[in-house]
Amino acid sequence: MLLIHCPYCDETLPEPEFAYAGEAHIDRPADPQQLSDEEWRDFLFIRTNAKGPHYERWRHINGCARFFNAVRDTVSDKFLTTYKAGEARPDLAKLLEGQK
Amino acid sequence: MNTQPGIQAALANVTSAGPVLLAILPEATRFSLRINSGNLAAASKALGLSLPTTIGTRAASGTRSALCHGPDEWEILASEDDRADIEAAFAAIYLKAPHSLTDISDREITIVIEGDKAVELLSVGCPINLDRLAVGNGKRTVFDSAQVVIYRDARDSFRMQVWRSFLAHVWGLLNIANCELAAGY
Repeated sequence: MLLIHCPYCDETLPEPEFAYAGEAHIDRPADPQQLSDEEWRDFLFIRTNAKGPHYERWRHINGCARFFNAVRDTVSDKFLTTYKAGEARPDLAKLLEGQK
Repeated sequence: MNTQPGIQAALANVTSAGPVLLAILPEATRFSLRINSGNLAAASKALGLSLPTTIGTRAASGTRSALCHGPDEWEILASEDDRADIEAAFAAIYLKAPHSLTDISDREITIVIEGDKAVELLSVGCPINLDRLAVGNGKRTVFDSAQVVIYRDARDSFRMQVWRSFLAHVWGLLNIANCELAAGY
């Protein structure tokens, strides 16, 4: 079973307690009225679809109910790290170094 | 004895004799408290006990207890007589310490699970390692995909709160598993 570390509970818990919530670090445009249709479409629908490390949101729905961010390798399904929502994107090079 | 119709139906359909004692507790007073952690001191004073800040830990004083579910969420259990007092105490601090105190007494049903094999029985539907749940603490988790809150009162004594619409499923599964334990599986 996939085990995920919740940065709020500070515990590593089984996947059924969590829900996937899409790609992380996507900011809603401050003024959508100023956007062209293409830009709005990109904001709504276009995602990186990464093969390899992917910044994504998870929610500890059956626990503390908090959203948090994670870096997961989409090929190996391995979590490189998890961190609280609102924190800056961790440096990928350092994370990969830590895995070696 | 519980008089709610849903519970009667669940109990009537499934009963079992196994090594683990399974019983449904009468309704208790239960509140959900959401408050900014900066206002904890005021809330603790209103409740009459110090609200724990580590997720999964529980503080109790007299008939009242509070379990920390998240950074800004607590579940308060109390006796039936405390309900009005707690509501009044929190209403009094509302302007100084804005919060949400919701009566969720009726939302969940409490099942008692007691016996040497209680942990084994719970592991039928619960994916977490219950050995790591310290006595006196509690945790929100899942039981066969239904959200539950598990309290550990003693090494072999648990209380599990289940949302009432999932009760028939959870109660049925617990009883089947209890029969299997009795049969030596």
